Amino acid sequence: MSLDRTDVERIAHLARLEVGEQELAAYAETLSRILGLIEQMNAVDTEGIAPMSHPLDAGLRFRADEVTETDQREVFQGIAPSAQAGLYLVPKVIE
Amino acid sequence: MHEKSIAELSKALNNKDISSHELTLAYLDRIEAHRDLNAFVTVDRARALKQAQAADARLKSGQSGMLTGIPIAQKDIFCTDGLPTTCGSRMLANFVAPYDATVIQKFNTAGCVLLGKTNMDEFAMGSSNETSFFGPVHNPWDRRCVPGGSSGGSAAAVAARLAPAATGTDTGGSIRQPAALTGITGLKPSYGRVSRYGMVAFASSLDQGGPMARSAEDAALLLNVMAGFDPRDSTSVDRPVPDYTRTLDESIVGLRIGLPREYFGEGLGTEVGRMIEAALDQYRKLGAKVVEVSLPNSRLAIPCYYVLAPAEASSNLARYDGVRYGYRAPEYADLWEMYAKTRAQGFGAEVKRRIMIGTYALSAGYYDAYYLKAQKLRRLISGDFDRAFERCDVIMGPTSPTTAFEFGSKTDDPVAMYLSDIYTISVNLAGLPGMSIPAGFDGSRRPIGLQIIGRYFDEARLLNVAHKYQQVTDWHLRVPEGF
Amino acid sequence: MEWETVIGLEVHVQLLTKSKLFSGSSTRFGAEPNTQACAVDIALPGVLPVMNKEAARMAVKFGLAVGATINRRSVFARKNYFYPDLPKGYQISQYELPVVQLGKLVIDVDGERKEIGITRAHLEEDAGKSLHEEFEGLTGIDLNRAGTPLLEIVSEPDMRSAREAVAYLKKLHVLVRYLGICDGNMQEGSFRCDANVSVRPRGQHAFGTRAELKNINSFRFVEKAIEYEIARQIDLIEGGGKVVQETRLYDSVRNETRSMRSKEEAHDYRYFPDPDLLPLQLEAGFIEETAKSLPELPDAKRERFVREYGLTAYDAEVLTGAHEIADYYEAAVRAVPGQSKLTANWIIGDLSGYLNRDNLEVTAAPVTADMLAGLVRRIADNTISGKIAKEIFEAMWGGEGDADAVIEKKGLRQITDGSAIERVIEDIMAQNPKQLEQYRCGQEKLFGFFVGQVMKATQGKANPAQVNELLRKKLSGTPA
Repeated sequence: MSLDRTDVERIAHLARLEVGEQELAAYAETLSRILGLIEQMNAVDTEGIAPMSHPLDAGLRFRADEVTETDQREVFQGIAPSAQAGLYLVPKVIE
Repeated sequence: MHEKSIAELSKALNNKDISSHELTLAYLDRIEAHRDLNAFVTVDRARALKQAQAADARLKSGQSGMLTGIPIAQKDIFCTDGLPTTCGSRMLANFVAPYDATVIQKFNTAGCVLLGKTNMDEFAMGSSNETSFFGPVHNPWDRRCVPGGSSGGSAAAVAARLAPAATGTDTGGSIRQPAALTGITGLKPSYGRVSRYGMVAFASSLDQGGPMARSAEDAALLLNVMAGFDPRDSTSVDRPVPDYTRTLDESIVGLRIGLPREYFGEGLGTEVGRMIEAALDQYRKLGAKVVEVSLPNSRLAIPCYYVLAPAEASSNLARYDGVRYGYRAPEYADLWEMYAKTRAQGFGAEVKRRIMIGTYALSAGYYDAYYLKAQKLRRLISGDFDRAFERCDVIMGPTSPTTAFEFGSKTDDPVAMYLSDIYTISVNLAGLPGMSIPAGFDGSRRPIGLQIIGRYFDEARLLNVAHKYQQVTDWHLRVPEGF
Repeated sequence: MEWETVIGLEVHVQLLTKSKLFSGSSTRFGAEPNTQACAVDIALPGVLPVMNKEAARMAVKFGLAVGATINRRSVFARKNYFYPDLPKGYQISQYELPVVQLGKLVIDVDGERKEIGITRAHLEEDAGKSLHEEFEGLTGIDLNRAGTPLLEIVSEPDMRSAREAVAYLKKLHVLVRYLGICDGNMQEGSFRCDANVSVRPRGQHAFGTRAELKNINSFRFVEKAIEYEIARQIDLIEGGGKVVQETRLYDSVRNETRSMRSKEEAHDYRYFPDPDLLPLQLEAGFIEETAKSLPELPDAKRERFVREYGLTAYDAEVLTGAHEIADYYEAAVRAVPGQSKLTANWIIGDLSGYLNRDNLEVTAAPVTADMLAGLVRRIADNTISGKIAKEIFEAMWGGEGDADAVIEKKGLRQITDGSAIERVIEDIMAQNPKQLEQYRCGQEKLFGFFVGQVMKATQGKANPAQVNELLRKKLSGTPA
């Protein structure tokens, strides 16, 4: 499967990455090459094999329902690019 | 002093032959003297020396442990309260973590001194350290060559004796491959052995932190500190941590070493292959038996990995959006542009490539063909190890198909770069422990690593097997010229 | 053409845990912005989620209550999308394998019972809040709510009218409050509803194209929004247009729904199992233990009230509409056994009226169940009349003590002494000879006049039944 410029634009949009017009072709080429490597997977029949999403064959461990965290807003917002009145600020979100 | 093992340094500290302050200062000076290696991203002398003084007080009060006062270099992927944690990225170049990773906390509790934060491939994505925003690290054995990656800074620092030991993380070979390329000992523990809390995530089902040291003995001492259950990490395994130094000397007579025939085929450098054979001979002399095993699906590990790791990464790296911390593009017209420019400028080329591959593999219409297929292969690859371990106790082979390569030789071709991890990746997919130990040099005096793979949670055996070899060889004691 | 409406509801129920789904931050409502957003909630690099056990228990409780299958193994998945109030860039939710599947809820509309299927209920974390008003050209992000546990309950498209949808929603609302898994506060967003609405020609099997209505945060708005949307779709189709699949926002001020165009861009959430979380595996013991902790559910309680207390179906329905009311009722009846009907009347009547007037929850009523029982007891033993009882109830509500204290203080004891009542009647007959004459000549409607005079003379304290009986005798002239 090789990707064209439209595919790259679509993926870049989903991933929120700005890709310049002049970079599209190069991305299409490199990503297609990587996909070529990936598609070696198709050489193996995996019919009936259960997918493995994790090396640990165990169940989730629980935490007790307790409040253990305290307010650290000053510290956290001290490293924020833009914060005011206790809020993180971003360009207006248009609903 | 920098020639000494951690056990020796510990003894010197406890006998008051030297203070932690003096020791730390000596290493800080070495780091300063060898800045051209670019092994460190952040070194905070004042802070390190203050920690050393606190360690000295502990040593005096008798409240000390084995590692109290020992300076350790930390890969810049572990969040460190009050110090920059950059992960080798412009995205986090200004990020001062407001908390300590569990691994950092454990070293603090042990009384270790944080010598500095080591350079790495951006977000641990790379096999050569060339993707770091802070520039590549040089291999102390040959400055024209890469140190491997992604834990290249830690590897170079230990190889050049700029630190007694360091930490690394390994998602597809990022501890073992640089350890091999710089002639040091590196251990990737079993998945779940070392807490991932506070370790900046690349691929959550594969990432694992571990020690990078001069010897198996030193690695065991570090693992004693790093390993253990962490309630903050849902994938941390609640099993007791043995004293890994206790079993180092156990006999390996009768040990069954499995040689996967797939690891000795096409692509393996002839000199690497020869030295691995020599190492196996050494093991035979130590009483081990070598049996052939097969990992038939191992050739699929790279394609499988390059779906799963980027898929997880594309999601793990979505939090870098310029809203709460880290880089934000200086100019943007609206929210969309703020996201897209922040991420385009904050991430380097390889990270962006992997985010795109991962995004694609998970996207509607492609999930089954890529992501799900890769998960099925992962089970096959993992099953191969189960079958192999029915016939052997450890598996051995090369860590990397080649020795250190020159800067720029693979940067134009990501696929060629990905093949550097051909022997290491399947271990991460299966969640098993793996080690790389020095096993000689090629004709250009570039180090060669022997990989040892163990059963799940069998770190003690790996360290034991590595240690026995290091008792009869001195590859691990060699120091590159000029250091 | 005759149209049929098809409605399915997605309800987000905020679970009443103390801490968040995957972190130890408080879930308390109304805190200063970002003061309840810890390192995990703001998604600092390196942080990891750890699952809250209580949230799992609450999901299981719900599943058991609607007779659903509890999946012994369910999976948390990441739903990936960018939004400033979604700190990780993904929401941890459940996708392919939810914790609860295939349950049902029985609703009652105009006396007709109908089963509404519940497709699934899954656990997920809430996002933060975007505040658009406070800064010019900027949006402020408050992450206090980020990570709060939600149970998303998805119904089958089984409802055929806005009224059925409301009945289902109300039923669900009562249930989650009974179970103690949600406070049901719709204003604070603890119980939120999205509705999928479509229309099709009656008799057609295939569903029409649906619109998803968001932001409907009261029962009344649910009904109005759906009705508006049904009318809109029918108008559209009959006018030759086509319904497009989209998300529409309900505007309660204008009573209309409108398209959320900005969200129209194709979503591709790229769900995949969250590698930071292993599968949610529930032990049989955990499920059994949870089953044992289930309270009596609304339907069972209603049926029991009819059976045990001899109530009408209507009264039982009202009294079991909230478990607090039902508890109040039962506490009162326990204190005054045998007066179940009278007690029910007082709760459905005066108590509910006062609660509404003062906007109070029954648990905060100044007249406790014991106090109400005390009042009912005095009505029952004829110490007071029903009319006087209303006066006493008001005094109790005003904090003047229990029924006996008020009766004593105000001298409201009912006159049941027959001879005393007779004396009053005799006086009144003597004072009103003309009326007596007319009554005896056949003007029987004057009976009421004499009752009024007697009650007036006794300040309402005379026992009405006795007054009636004695008056009838005296007025007719028959000797006592």
